[in-house]
Amino acid sequence: MKSYLPARFKVERDETRCIMCLACVSQCSYETHYLDEEEGKVMSRDERCVNCHRCVVFCPTRAITIHKNPLEYRDNYNWRAENIEDVIRQAESGGMLLTGMGNDKPYRIYWDHMVLNASQVTNPSIDPLREPMELRTYIGAKPDRLEVDPAIQVVKTKLPPQVPIELPVMFSAMSYGAISLTACETLARAATEMGTLYNTGEGGLHRKLYKYGKNTIVQVASGRFGVHSEYLDAGAMVEIKIGQGAKPGIGGHLPGEKVSAEVSMTRMIPTGTDALSPAPQHDIYSIEDLSQLIFALKEATNYTKPVGVKIAAVHNAAAIASGMVRAGADYIVLDGIRGATGAAPKIIRDNVGIPIEVALAAVDTRLRQEGIRQRASVVIAGGIRNSGDVTKAIALGADAVYIGTAALVAMGCCVCQHCHTGKCPWGIATTDPRLQKRINPEIVSERLANLLRGWSHEIKDMLGGMGINAVESLRGNRLHLRAVGLTETEMKVLGVEQAGA
Amino acid sequence: MSSLSSVVKVDALGLHYRQLNARLRELVGQGARHIEIQNVYGQRYIGTDLDAPVLIDIYGTPGNDLGAFMDGPSIVVHGNAQDGCGNTMNEGQIVVHGHAGDILGLSMRGGKIFVKEDVGYRVGIHMKEYKEKVPQVVIGGTAQDFLGEYMAGGILVVLGLGLKPGAGHRANFIGTGMHGGMILLRGDVAPHQLGKEVGVAQPNDAEKAKLADLVTEFARQFGMDPVPILSGAPFTKLYPLYLRPYGRLYTP
Repeated sequence: MKSYLPARFKVERDETRCIMCLACVSQCSYETHYLDEEEGKVMSRDERCVNCHRCVVFCPTRAITIHKNPLEYRDNYNWRAENIEDVIRQAESGGMLLTGMGNDKPYRIYWDHMVLNASQVTNPSIDPLREPMELRTYIGAKPDRLEVDPAIQVVKTKLPPQVPIELPVMFSAMSYGAISLTACETLARAATEMGTLYNTGEGGLHRKLYKYGKNTIVQVASGRFGVHSEYLDAGAMVEIKIGQGAKPGIGGHLPGEKVSAEVSMTRMIPTGTDALSPAPQHDIYSIEDLSQLIFALKEATNYTKPVGVKIAAVHNAAAIASGMVRAGADYIVLDGIRGATGAAPKIIRDNVGIPIEVALAAVDTRLRQEGIRQRASVVIAGGIRNSGDVTKAIALGADAVYIGTAALVAMGCCVCQHCHTGKCPWGIATTDPRLQKRINPEIVSERLANLLRGWSHEIKDMLGGMGINAVESLRGNRLHLRAVGLTETEMKVLGVEQAGA
Repeated sequence: MSSLSSVVKVDALGLHYRQLNARLRELVGQGARHIEIQNVYGQRYIGTDLDAPVLIDIYGTPGNDLGAFMDGPSIVVHGNAQDGCGNTMNEGQIVVHGHAGDILGLSMRGGKIFVKEDVGYRVGIHMKEYKEKVPQVVIGGTAQDFLGEYMAGGILVVLGLGLKPGAGHRANFIGTGMHGGMILLRGDVAPHQLGKEVGVAQPNDAEKAKLADLVTEFARQFGMDPVPILSGAPFTKLYPLYLRPYGRLYTP
């Protein structure tokens, strides 16, 4: 069928700069660039370009620029280019539209409508460069009360398992299969270096990565891929995945093309078969069933590690979260509507779920009202872009955040949203052995560690400015947030006052 | 505890599953290789965290998730098992001298389960296999709906021994979403009872040989004669029509 789709981007090559080194040709896994031998020139097939910037960065003479295709449709607020082109794509294929990364639609980003406080005159701010500042966070259930033996001043209460992280930022679940082994190892190395945790997603744990176990969260999802006792024993925490912000309510599948020999070994399924993750976990149809799986995993790990539960943030997240905590989760994860993915139906990614800020506020409020907030750590995910978002999330009630896209951007990702093709030219969202070599974990993990170092300094600076010297003093401290440009209802849900009021 | 080579007895009366399983861990850690548990009243997760080739005889009714994530032990239930028996089991064996409940063998990757009588809904759901790890489940009686749902590997045998003459299996949606493995059914099943992803065939010689082995093993577990089972009603093989059932669902 002839395609009616126009090119999305236009590749512009400055011929006065091009030295015909063909770096762009070898770097582009979409085969956009090619050498036209007759013309003696490097040319581009614009329709293949996804604007990932790989060629732009690797062109030694900076000869390449990529623009949006200036081709215009007649102005129509309702029928914009994306709407028209999505219809064309489906008319030509008859399938669901797949996409990668997080929701790109202009839903309100509440982080951008909340501002933080700082000390002025009436209480002094703290200079984190000179004074100790505590970012360490313990993930795990806290006891309802602590009994201390006054004679010997020792805590008598037996504490549930706690896992310390040196800053309240962890790496989101990204499975081996959705991302490359080298990308997984990069996350593992950076987590180890910075004293935080990365998450296996539901892709199992490759043998090469067992040594990073102390900094690993092992996930148990509906497909149960690669889940066995050694895997459960390997991680610092175990996470039951119920849902994901990018695709609430649906399962997933790793297409057979991506199930290479190595992926097959890690997921423990035959090479080339579809790895299907059913929409529900079929042993969980209720909170009681969830509790059963939580305790099955606690039994399987002899109560030595926190067991958490991750859900997508949905309309009644607060009530569900209450159930999750009561079911025995040591930590809960909420993944908002902007949460990213290696592949999801576009229609789900763009339309299902709620923003993480309101979900977090609602859940934290509900757990406090019920007097059970201490029984589980609250971790949020889905659209955290910088340390400002992290700090606001903690003030809204989170113990820690997961970052996925931000971590990948540190590794080279330009958010081109083509993860689902498996051709990631940055070597991240691919299982192609040739492409994944583009990431050297030793070198790239340094970029990732640097990002966390930078955020760590910034969070300390913001805390110090508020006159706070420990991150846990900010947790749920919504008086340090004020709203700008929100409605009264939104402020009520967020539990945040109008700025200046 | 003079000789752990002999049978170690545990009385589960009044014990919470956490206490019972802690006791089992302790015994296995001390080298016990044959444990007999009396008075089991619904305690969950028995066999879950015992990564050793221990034999456990259970008298009474074990609770849900019997042998969940199990990696090696061999369990004999002298009674009925509940839901989630063999959940995500990796290796080992479970023999049930009675009925078992729903989602038996969910996501099971290895080992064997033999149930003398009937089982509940969604049995064998998302069983999978990997290289030499091929989970095998034999049900003596019949099963409820969604037998072998999403099945991705392994062998599921249903013998229909309790069916009245002329009566077939009652389960609907058998093999819905199946994309690997094989179901071998003895007794009548109508096309409308099968999921649309399932094909029907007669087992070939290699499959018949495998079936004979499994039925013989089943019969030995329960003191039955395998010959009439194998020579009676013919077996139907159900297999996945597509190994990539969702491959054509998406726009590239």
